Amino acid sequence: MERSAQQRFDYVVVGASHAGIEALRAIRAHDGDGSVAVLDREVRLPVSPTVLPYVVSGKRGEDGIALRERRWFDELRVDYRQQARVTAVDSAKASLSLGDGVEIGYGKLLLATGATPAVPPIDGLAAVRYHVLRTLDDALALRDAGRSAGRAVVLGAGLVGMHAAENLARVGARVTIVEMRDQVLPGYFDATAAARIEAVFRRHGVEILTGRRIEQVVARGDASAVALDGGELRDAGLLLVAAGVRPDVAYLAGSGIAVGRGVVVDAFMRTTVPNVWAAGDVVQTASFFGDTTPAGGILPDAVEQGRTAGMSMAGDPAVTAYPGGVPLNTYGFFGRRALSVGRDAPADAGPDWEVLVRGGTGSEDYLKIVLREGRLQGVFGVDVLFDPGIMWELILRRVELGARAAALLENPEDAGRVLMSGLWR
Amino acid sequence: MSATPTIAFDAARCDGCGECMKACQVAKSDDGRPAQSRIRIVRDDETGSWGIAQCRQCGDPRCASVCPAAALAKGGDGVVAWDAGRCVNCLICTAGCTYGGIAFSAAEGHVVKCDQCAGAPQCVAACRRGALRYVTAAKLYNRWGELEDLFVPGLGGCQGCNTELIMRHALRRIGPNTVLATPPGCIPGMGSVGYNGMLGCKVPVFHPLLTNTASMLTGIRRQFKRKGRDVTALALAGDGGAGDVGFQSLSGAAERGEQILFVCVDNEGYMNTGAQRSGSTTYGAWTATTPIGEAARGKTQEAKNLPLLMMWHGCEYVATASTAFMEDFYAKLEAALDASGRGFAYLHLYSPCTSGWRFPSAANVEVARKAVETNFAVLWEYRRSHGLRLSRDIDEPAPVVDYLKLLGKFGHLDAAQVAHIQAHVDRQAQVLRELARAGCGADAVG
Repeated sequence: MERSAQQRFDYVVVGASHAGIEALRAIRAHDGDGSVAVLDREVRLPVSPTVLPYVVSGKRGEDGIALRERRWFDELRVDYRQQARVTAVDSAKASLSLGDGVEIGYGKLLLATGATPAVPPIDGLAAVRYHVLRTLDDALALRDAGRSAGRAVVLGAGLVGMHAAENLARVGARVTIVEMRDQVLPGYFDATAAARIEAVFRRHGVEILTGRRIEQVVARGDASAVALDGGELRDAGLLLVAAGVRPDVAYLAGSGIAVGRGVVVDAFMRTTVPNVWAAGDVVQTASFFGDTTPAGGILPDAVEQGRTAGMSMAGDPAVTAYPGGVPLNTYGFFGRRALSVGRDAPADAGPDWEVLVRGGTGSEDYLKIVLREGRLQGVFGVDVLFDPGIMWELILRRVELGARAAALLENPEDAGRVLMSGLWR
Repeated sequence: MSATPTIAFDAARCDGCGECMKACQVAKSDDGRPAQSRIRIVRDDETGSWGIAQCRQCGDPRCASVCPAAALAKGGDGVVAWDAGRCVNCLICTAGCTYGGIAFSAAEGHVVKCDQCAGAPQCVAACRRGALRYVTAAKLYNRWGELEDLFVPGLGGCQGCNTELIMRHALRRIGPNTVLATPPGCIPGMGSVGYNGMLGCKVPVFHPLLTNTASMLTGIRRQFKRKGRDVTALALAGDGGAGDVGFQSLSGAAERGEQILFVCVDNEGYMNTGAQRSGSTTYGAWTATTPIGEAARGKTQEAKNLPLLMMWHGCEYVATASTAFMEDFYAKLEAALDASGRGFAYLHLYSPCTSGWRFPSAANVEVARKAVETNFAVLWEYRRSHGLRLSRDIDEPAPVVDYLKLLGKFGHLDAAQVAHIQAHVDRQAQVLRELARAGCGADAVG
């Protein structure tokens, strides 16, 4: 049998989402000749989790949403394999096992397997039917169920939960969001921005319960009901668990590759094992700020990590250290927009911190700029437009804003562009 | 990857009039109401200067890398195109771009970016001060890049010299049906005639004396013609081999109307033998033979204007060109090649010398550009049938000191010398202006 001989590639990339795809580009940019395979466990062409809310809403169908077409892989001369699920990594032999018994050898390996939905240990949850939202199949199932949901409960007020709640409300469901932290979109937006977003949801009839937990889930025929920590019940014709994601690392057991919150990597995305790199949601991303600011799960960060890993793998001398993750979100809700880049000031902020705010209660728009030692740390806006990419770069460059901070608060778009023009245009 | 056109911004020329943004608002409107401009000019109140936010059409666009819907992609025309049918309006592209080149338009309900108006950018057309330019030179490089390079790899020029650029690009266009003469100077020194019995290029090449380049080409061209072959007789010479030691044979061939293409690469001195002065060395310049001392302050005479002297021969074609203006150089090379089939064609290229003129090796093209922008080196073209035409506007030159200060060979100049040079540059520009106005043609020369 042809299959009995082990195949070997100079580069093997596991996973074909943002990090994997960017790594392929980076590898090919430097090494035009090495053999490259990408192993994707999915049956379909890769689809970004970020477009799934738009599938749920019906704005997009199943077609025309692929992150890349097969042609793209062919043009890069990459052996693109679907339904290729890696079940084990043998780093001593530099080989991978696939579910169907096939073994593939690698010269250099990138783990970009992403993350899967985290399901909290709630009493009764495993016994009922619930939705998650990570794959296209998840999105199609949620879309179809949402049309007849009646009452829906969304567990978790992160971006996935908030997007889904909006979509369910738009098709007529009565939606309750349950979030155990004391605001929606925790970690993405500060409390004031979150309060404004919450208010818009409430105006659209969505019930938001923050600082609350679901104690128990009980089956009610085909549907279910949830019991809250206060004892009240909410019917859940549809139950969506959107409590975050956890890195997909089960297949690394016994590989010797260190795993913490995710795969442990250095600034060049190298794992603790030679010739193995990791990038994207599967890794334990370091914060750019070197503190406890949550890092990871940010699409542009996954792309940066993928590029860093690919360049490092190919030996591209232009590779630079990954600077660490900076939270970065562009969030549209009910036709409005919220943008966030960077971190908020901590509760115990000392005198080196400065927080500038525009638009108090009552005004339409809201903007908050956070500085430390005169350097930008974070920008948070609701219905105020600015260029998030410029803010991200200002943070990464640790630019001292000095007197320009006031201009940034007044007109963040133009002031950011002035800084960009002077510094790196 | 092929090079593609780009919109270039010169902040020094921008006065913030905003006409570019108005033109964009009109060009991108679907319904007659002004659209959100895809170009944004911003004022820096601290420095008083103007900045720009506009899509750079990056070679490796990060907006496209981060797009989760594959709605952005760089096309073969160089434009990063936005696909409305795929966009899900997530705005992550605006986080990927560090230039403010793609932004949400509330009125239009989606992100908008520059598409270069399908090759005719309206912002550029609206800019009256030349602050915005649609730089299409790259197209020329693509087209010419497909022509065969007829020189060996690895010519041995000084670091940063533009002569290799001139040689390679000229011979690519002129092509293999050529006999090349390279008299003593930097060009054979760089390896045009080869080393150790190996040729330096893929066309027949020879090494005449400094004195007889044009005479030898005359004989070669005539002999080929007698045999029924139409061969381009090409000289790549320095200013010494053209205008000083080589002038007698050059002048004779030009006056006789020999069918020769004579390219002079003018670095204003005998640079490969230790930077001695030549007839092309300009007033005040340091050279090894015009030193700086207690009394001596560089060359005391003006340079002779060799291209004008050639024009007065009534050549078929005479032009000056600079490697800071490659499109102009290409057009003139084309015209000179064509004219050399009818008579004598003379092309004069300014070639700043990194080692002899004393400036950093990375600055060659900038030095060449400043020479033109100060009128120190004026670009013009003479055709026997049409007379002399200026190739670009010379009415608002930068002060000549902007050019002089770039060069170590002028480092010693005092105010009187600078004023002397400025006056000479102004006078020379005025002569050319008047020649152009008079339509100085065959009759005037003849």
